[in-house]
Amino acid sequence: MYRYDDFDRQLVHERTEQFREQVKRRLAGDITEEQFRPLRLMNGVYLQLHAYMLRVAVPYGTLRADQLRQLGMIARKYDKGYGHFTTRQNIQYNWPKLDEIPDALLDLAKVEMHAIQTSGNCIRNTTTDQYAGAAADEIEDPRPYCELIRQWSTFHPEFTYLPRKFKIAVTGSPNDRAAVKVHDIGLRMHQNDAGETGFEVIVGGGLGRTPFVGKTIRDFIGKNDLFSYLEAILRVYNRFGRRDNKYKARIKILVHEEGIDKIRELVEEEWTQIKDGSLRVDDAEIAHYIEQFAPPAFEAMSDDDTDFERHKAENRRFANWVRSNVIEHKQPGYAIANVSLKPIGGIPGDATDTQMELVADLSEKYSFADVRVTHEQNLVLPHVKKADLFALWSELDAAELGTANLGYVTDIISCPGLDYCALATARSIPLSQRISERFGDLDRQHDIGELKIKISGCINACGHHHVGHIGILGLDKRGKEFYQITLGGDASQDASIGKIAGAGFSEAEVVDAIESLVTKYIDIRESGERFIDTYRRVGMDPFKEVLYGDR
Amino acid sequence: MAIVKNDSLIEQEWITVDAEGDLPSSDENLIVPLARFKEERDSLLGRNGGLGVQLNPGDAPEDLADDLDRLSIITVNFPAYTDGRGYSYARVLRERMGFTGELRAVGDVLRDQILYMHRCGFDSYDLNVEGDIALNKVRAALKEMSVYYQPTGDGRATAQSLRERRRAALQS
Repeated sequence: MYRYDDFDRQLVHERTEQFREQVKRRLAGDITEEQFRPLRLMNGVYLQLHAYMLRVAVPYGTLRADQLRQLGMIARKYDKGYGHFTTRQNIQYNWPKLDEIPDALLDLAKVEMHAIQTSGNCIRNTTTDQYAGAAADEIEDPRPYCELIRQWSTFHPEFTYLPRKFKIAVTGSPNDRAAVKVHDIGLRMHQNDAGETGFEVIVGGGLGRTPFVGKTIRDFIGKNDLFSYLEAILRVYNRFGRRDNKYKARIKILVHEEGIDKIRELVEEEWTQIKDGSLRVDDAEIAHYIEQFAPPAFEAMSDDDTDFERHKAENRRFANWVRSNVIEHKQPGYAIANVSLKPIGGIPGDATDTQMELVADLSEKYSFADVRVTHEQNLVLPHVKKADLFALWSELDAAELGTANLGYVTDIISCPGLDYCALATARSIPLSQRISERFGDLDRQHDIGELKIKISGCINACGHHHVGHIGILGLDKRGKEFYQITLGGDASQDASIGKIAGAGFSEAEVVDAIESLVTKYIDIRESGERFIDTYRRVGMDPFKEVLYGDR
Repeated sequence: MAIVKNDSLIEQEWITVDAEGDLPSSDENLIVPLARFKEERDSLLGRNGGLGVQLNPGDAPEDLADDLDRLSIITVNFPAYTDGRGYSYARVLRERMGFTGELRAVGDVLRDQILYMHRCGFDSYDLNVEGDIALNKVRAALKEMSVYYQPTGDGRATAQSLRERRRAALQS
């Protein structure tokens, strides 16, 4: 894993001191809240409904054990004993006091973490596949490139006041777990005809009030040229992106209005002029970063473990957890273990201080001190010996972290909604809890199979409802919450934006509505079909009928 | 109200004119908006006083390609600090077009953006505060950070170049 050197440390240290001075100026009344606002936002400090919120960056979703342990400590010391993992692989604290935030940032800096660029109209934290470096289907580990993007984008002097925020996601696998097609820039690693590994560059994807699946601007860019190409895209966006209306300011609107061909022309013209400049990264430098993400010291062993098989046979709950939460590893004898933060009836993505500390301890014991945060708001121990899975699960289970529901109907993405967020028009957490309880029975969840429900509490779509197989959008109609259902969204390599099924449902009706959709799917599915597959085969009408009848 | 350049306060020696209206006498140093420069280029170049151009958001610095050596100053207007187009204009002017004259940030120029402006090639700042306060703000802003990841035309050593130098030194 990447370790800060003295340059990285110095940068974060200087930033922490700078913000401490800014907070001091604010608390002394030297600057107004209005003047303070852009300064705090650049440091991840939002003002929510009830309190300040601190959003901490987890670069490309990768944490070391000591970092996760410190996140737990911060939850206890500065918050009410919990934190919330977000769809951008970050963590948010909901109750910090402003005068204590500089100290929290100092505690973060001690473990090489910060809240830089987790807000504002700048390049945000780069996200990637949570199984990077472990997945069996991976072409190459994307993290070295993510780290180079992190450095290139941190305090980029030209791109700190963009028309709007800017999100980059990278996948090193053909099976996209990073939702790269719904980001401002998505990078998909693949090999060209010459056998070189590089990136397909996708631009203009995004959710929010105007969702788009991104378009390919370049089928292949070599690794050495990636950064000059990113700079070319950002310069074109910074110069030509709309600034007259914040809802039309994302690059997706520029791509949509001008057309991908025109944007490609502008970017290529810009790139031609800078591609041989100082942003070209040579092979030696790339090798240096690849080395820093070298695989841990795996033991050579057989892929089969008799004890593991025996435990599965003897313990049904363990077997269930393995079935849903354990994923194939590229190294024989190892597995990827997902830690669900979606206990039945719980708050999606929340973890307590002691849970964070436990997962940190378990990662040291079983997974080379490596932990990942997923955009679906779960945690991952990426490198666990199959022989250790039963012991790991037993400890997780005792701490209510052993829920066997990854990818199932209760593995819901939800934004914080009206319980916390100043922008929200409806609550999303209580609804996700009720859906989770309704479908809590594990046998039923297994039977339903993969079904991605995603809930947003407003049109800004932080809960990714547009790309939920079933998406739920909470709105406000004359002071009452109601929920609009979309069907057929998908964030994977087959990305699609869901379609609105029809009129919204009241809070009392919506869980029944979801259940009737699921029941319909069970009735009409063909063998091996997931909900999304059935929807794609039969279309909206059969589902609309169960929702609305003749209405 | 105060202009800071090269760690000093400097006098306002330029008159910035609007897109339309009469021009001051031929001896005055003038800054004209790009649109007016394009329209009245020949007569403007024929005046006695110094000539500069102001870029506003949406302008193309490339339009000045043939005339850069006749311009002593280019001002880039930031109507609001949140409009970051001027940063790109500055880098294009300095790094691509080779402009070596004074590049001044005007408009909503605040302390917390000055380091970024400097990194993009600005060398003077027109701040809306009085003399010494302006000077102190610029000085403080420019020394707040000392590590830079991105190569720009500002001559600062990037973290990467320093790492390479260190690695080379360790190998020799």
